[in-house]
Amino acid sequence: MTTIEAPEKVTTNHPKTKRLSPLLYVVPAAILILALTYTLPPFRNYQLATVGAYLCVTAGLTILTGLNGQLSLGHGALMATGAYTLALMQNRFNVLALGILAAVLVTTVAGGVIGLAAARLRGPYLAGLTLAVAVVVPSIASTFDETFNSDQGLTVALEPPPDAVTVEQWQAWVCWAGALVTVLVLAYLARGRFGRDMKAVRDDETAAKLAGIGVARTQVLAFVVSAACAGLAGALFAVLAQSVSPGAFPLTLSLFLVMAVVIGGLGRLSGALIGAVLLVALPEIAHSIAEDAGSQRLEGNLALTFFGVVLVAVMLAAPGGLASLRWKRNKQKGRT
Amino acid sequence: MRRTAIVLTAVLLAAGCSSNGNGNSSSGSSDTPGVTDTEITVGTHMPLTGPAAAGYSKIAPATKAYFDYVNSKGGINGRKITYKIMDDGYNPANTQQVVRQLVLQDKVFAILNGLGTPTHTGVLDFLKTNRVPDLFVASGSRSWNQPDKYPGTFGFNPDYTVEGKVLGTYVKETYPGKKICFLGQDDDFGRDSLAGIEKILGPVTAKQSYVTSNPNVGPQIGALKAAACDVVMLATIPGFTALSIGTAAKIGYKPQFVVSNVGSDPTTLTKTLGAAAPLLEGVVAANYLPLATDDANPWIQLYKKINTDFNSNAEFDNNVVYGMSVGYLFVQSLQAAGKDLTRDNLIAAVEKGGFTGPGLVPVRFSAKDHSGYGGEQLTKLTGGKATYFGTPYQTDDGDGAVAAYTGSAVAPPQDGIPTAQ
Repeated sequence: MTTIEAPEKVTTNHPKTKRLSPLLYVVPAAILILALTYTLPPFRNYQLATVGAYLCVTAGLTILTGLNGQLSLGHGALMATGAYTLALMQNRFNVLALGILAAVLVTTVAGGVIGLAAARLRGPYLAGLTLAVAVVVPSIASTFDETFNSDQGLTVALEPPPDAVTVEQWQAWVCWAGALVTVLVLAYLARGRFGRDMKAVRDDETAAKLAGIGVARTQVLAFVVSAACAGLAGALFAVLAQSVSPGAFPLTLSLFLVMAVVIGGLGRLSGALIGAVLLVALPEIAHSIAEDAGSQRLEGNLALTFFGVVLVAVMLAAPGGLASLRWKRNKQKGRT
Repeated sequence: MRRTAIVLTAVLLAAGCSSNGNGNSSSGSSDTPGVTDTEITVGTHMPLTGPAAAGYSKIAPATKAYFDYVNSKGGINGRKITYKIMDDGYNPANTQQVVRQLVLQDKVFAILNGLGTPTHTGVLDFLKTNRVPDLFVASGSRSWNQPDKYPGTFGFNPDYTVEGKVLGTYVKETYPGKKICFLGQDDDFGRDSLAGIEKILGPVTAKQSYVTSNPNVGPQIGALKAAACDVVMLATIPGFTALSIGTAAKIGYKPQFVVSNVGSDPTTLTKTLGAAAPLLEGVVAANYLPLATDDANPWIQLYKKINTDFNSNAEFDNNVVYGMSVGYLFVQSLQAAGKDLTRDNLIAAVEKGGFTGPGLVPVRFSAKDHSGYGGEQLTKLTGGKATYFGTPYQTDDGDGAVAAYTGSAVAPPQDGIPTAQ
């Protein structure tokens, strides 16, 4: 829920006094979500939880791509890393908090390794590297089938929630707790020094170097932060689906994530939220259209078409993404 | 603040679209979800698109066609059956989504014939928590037969171990002293199948596995050739059956292939192999339902008629036979549950068992046994057509003996709709 800082604010000495704290967005959002979980029917709660899980990864991705200019087509694979870690931890220890923490840590390490390589690559080469990461997931799962159980994947052992709450409510709470913490951390990171470093590196690496910013260090860090978010999202998806398999993290997932943040508005956390909502809403709309049309087979493919059409329309009408629509006139557009 | 406002609107909007969804599922006079005086709503999840769609996408429309046929004759106890088919693309994450939609939003009475081991495994706990009957899962995994853990879940297919034991018995009798080898899918399907085979034959000479995401079985077939196997037993899906047979021919290796029912549909195999289809000559497989090509069979005659009238004359193959047989068994269960239809009644009726229908052997349902068909009969492919030979065998997934089934085949009722027993 922050945007790229306008340059004139950087020049003032007291940027923080002029901006609302991210807490002012996150706390009301938390209250709103809590209220929603008590009013929505169970299936909508489940969808709400899915939006929360998607928000974790889209928020991280929009920071990486929007603020730091690195394109990643491999975030689906990072989610898979988090999901498998959670599944393995759950099946051994069955302590959810521990599993989620381990998922984030392992994905952070994986992100560091990929980030180190990524910091040396530019444009299409970076996209190619991350694409390879996304493609390799099924092969890893089948090569080490003793651990990952090949295409069939693993089931996730979960303690049922207390009787007072429904499973869907509980899922929504877990996912949105993760999402709001992610958003809070990213908002503070983006408005602080690290955020300015990332933007400086994105805009002109040579100028950033002259200003004393470690270019490679910033890029690797940006990737690591974004990977940690993806790991958290993966873990939350494993909780939602109660199972993990390579089929749940296909290449199309990675592409959908990039599309969602571009449609929502790159570099803006509000754009990430819009993207996350779209990821849940568009397939649903496609489903109801397919059902009305009486062709079930349309359904699986219609969502893809939908995303494509929306992407084209948004890029033509609002190149800064949906999040840029309202305040375009008095602020600089986000970089796309 | 404007941004906050937008964010709030977005969330509320999402919530808003939500509330419209639930109004349309009134439950009528009865308290059971999905059942009114005039309608029964059931749902399923199927791969209508994606990697597993070939062949399998025809099952649910065939089941629906059978229900439409039943509805055209007045339904069951005055209730018509509505079958909601959801596409999960064989992706477990989607299955979670669509099954929740069916149960929580569309308020279905039961989930029927959900397809796939990895996909359906993920929703077992959800269905149990919501006390939704989970009938006739379309997969041969042994997971569906856990009455203590999942009291509402029942299988349909003979489980892979039962099938392995039947195929193993045939191989043991027909090829004594020969080298027997195995190629299977790297999941429950392959592993359970091998377990059944090895219960009968003892350890096989060589065993190989494959994953569906890597369409190359060259190394595996090469290894089996190097081990000089005389008989190769396949626990493969149709695409990989064709691939294995084709690859073997390419490297000049001609063992006897014995194939699981899962991967032996002649129509699909012939189509996949194209010009190389003659390689299928002599392949041995097994089945437990009437064969689509057996025009003399009264069940096939009935199904063909329904296929023409209610399934827009889809190409008639074993998947259509399968789908309609699922529909028949479900209608039998509904009849047995009686006029006062509740979820508990339905489960009690299925557990009571005693259903006879198109299957060559009976289904095994009882309070202690939730697995589906208990045996198979062997088939041989000749001239692109499978024909049964020998007698049906039945057994269990433990150490029980493989015995010939002597009961006689049952003819379909006059109007094609089972009556209450």
